[in-house]
Amino acid sequence: MKTLNAETHELSRPDVQLDIINNHNEKIKSLSRFENKLADIGLFPLKPTGIEIFQMNVGYMCNMTCKHCHVDAGPDREEIMTKETFEHCLKALRESDIETVDLTGGAPEMNPHFRWFVEQASAMGKHIIVRSNLTILTTNKFSDLPEFFKKHDVEVTCSLPFYSKSRTDRQRGKGTYDKSVVALKRLNEIGYGKADTGLKLNLVYNPVGAFLPGDQEEIKQEFKKELKRSHDIEFNDLFTITNLPISRFLNFLLMSGNLEDYMEKLVGSFNPSAAMGVMCRNTISIGWDGILYDCDFNQMLEMETHQDSVQHIKDFDLGSLNNREIKVNQHCFGCTAGSGSSCGGATT
Amino acid sequence: MDKSYYVKEDLKKFGDITEFQEKLGNKFFEYYGEVFEEGALTKREKALIALAVSHTVQCPYCIDAYTTESLENGASEEQMMEAVHVSAAIRGGSSLVHGVQMMNKVKDLSM
Repeated sequence: MKTLNAETHELSRPDVQLDIINNHNEKIKSLSRFENKLADIGLFPLKPTGIEIFQMNVGYMCNMTCKHCHVDAGPDREEIMTKETFEHCLKALRESDIETVDLTGGAPEMNPHFRWFVEQASAMGKHIIVRSNLTILTTNKFSDLPEFFKKHDVEVTCSLPFYSKSRTDRQRGKGTYDKSVVALKRLNEIGYGKADTGLKLNLVYNPVGAFLPGDQEEIKQEFKKELKRSHDIEFNDLFTITNLPISRFLNFLLMSGNLEDYMEKLVGSFNPSAAMGVMCRNTISIGWDGILYDCDFNQMLEMETHQDSVQHIKDFDLGSLNNREIKVNQHCFGCTAGSGSSCGGATT
Repeated sequence: MDKSYYVKEDLKKFGDITEFQEKLGNKFFEYYGEVFEEGALTKREKALIALAVSHTVQCPYCIDAYTTESLENGASEEQMMEAVHVSAAIRGGSSLVHGVQMMNKVKDLSM
């Protein structure tokens, strides 16, 4: 499967995506506006609570092409963070008290400077999270990464949309589930996900279709039971993440005729408590080219940080960023629906 | 206007039944909401029971609603189909167990 970008598909363009989720037809146009919902509860303009998470998207290259990917990542993507931009990130981290560095992609491991950066950030005492697709850990070039992660006490947060093979492979491609099991077993073997090792192994659950995630704790318990029973796999936490209506998932919604109902469901499930806890209030997202965003989703829609704030990592200024106005649009309903959604799972 | 008896959009209007009888409608929805909260049974287990009953009562609205609810609460396709088979088994069984009544009557009437 090719990326939308490689196909020069119109949905690879952020302006087209934003137009669809705002103006696709009369029904979509009639939906409440996200900024109005925030205003109703006194949250507009949305402001940070203080940056705690430094989330770096180190490139859109990936060994997989998942059907729901909001990044439109894949083997044909060439956007990749340079060492110079990594250096800017290290400088920003050195000069701030942000403790958590969250590495995402694409497959972040595929960036040639990935290991060097982890070593540097680890030496600074930062808590490092890597968002792994798991299958990359089963390839020859990257098969030693579990030990590398262990050495640097990296928290591994990985994608596994369901505990069954059929549903996982439908979203992430044939053979993904079996490879994911191999990678999880390897991580378990060296202590990840095991009690008392301190090596954290988390799973990310994305609904495989046009529906919302249910109760995070209940789904976590079901995954624990099923993965233990079928593969003797253990893990620490599970994060439920709602699919936002952008990029490839937006393409799926359009192709399957689910766009209107899904948007209506997101808007109708707006939860003020979830809005209070949206991740953009405590996260800054750094793009592969150093441009700053309020979150990884805004990054894909090329909605850079507010012009009154700093907009590039080389100009990093925590005070300025902590006082910025966060940019919102209709896709943000994905983070405020039901129990809420963030890179750390439900927010209520 | 759609002339079919079952219109998908009507499911979203379920709450409107209070328009003709507010007090009873509100009491029903309060009860309904509480029934599906997690209790001795999980939300997923309740969704699967509701899915099976939806097939028994052959309610298209309920089937749509509790298929979605089962998916959202992490049920697998196998679990959902097993729930439908439970419905089918009880339906079939309820016909067949009456076969005993038929047999009793046959024996009563026969030489």
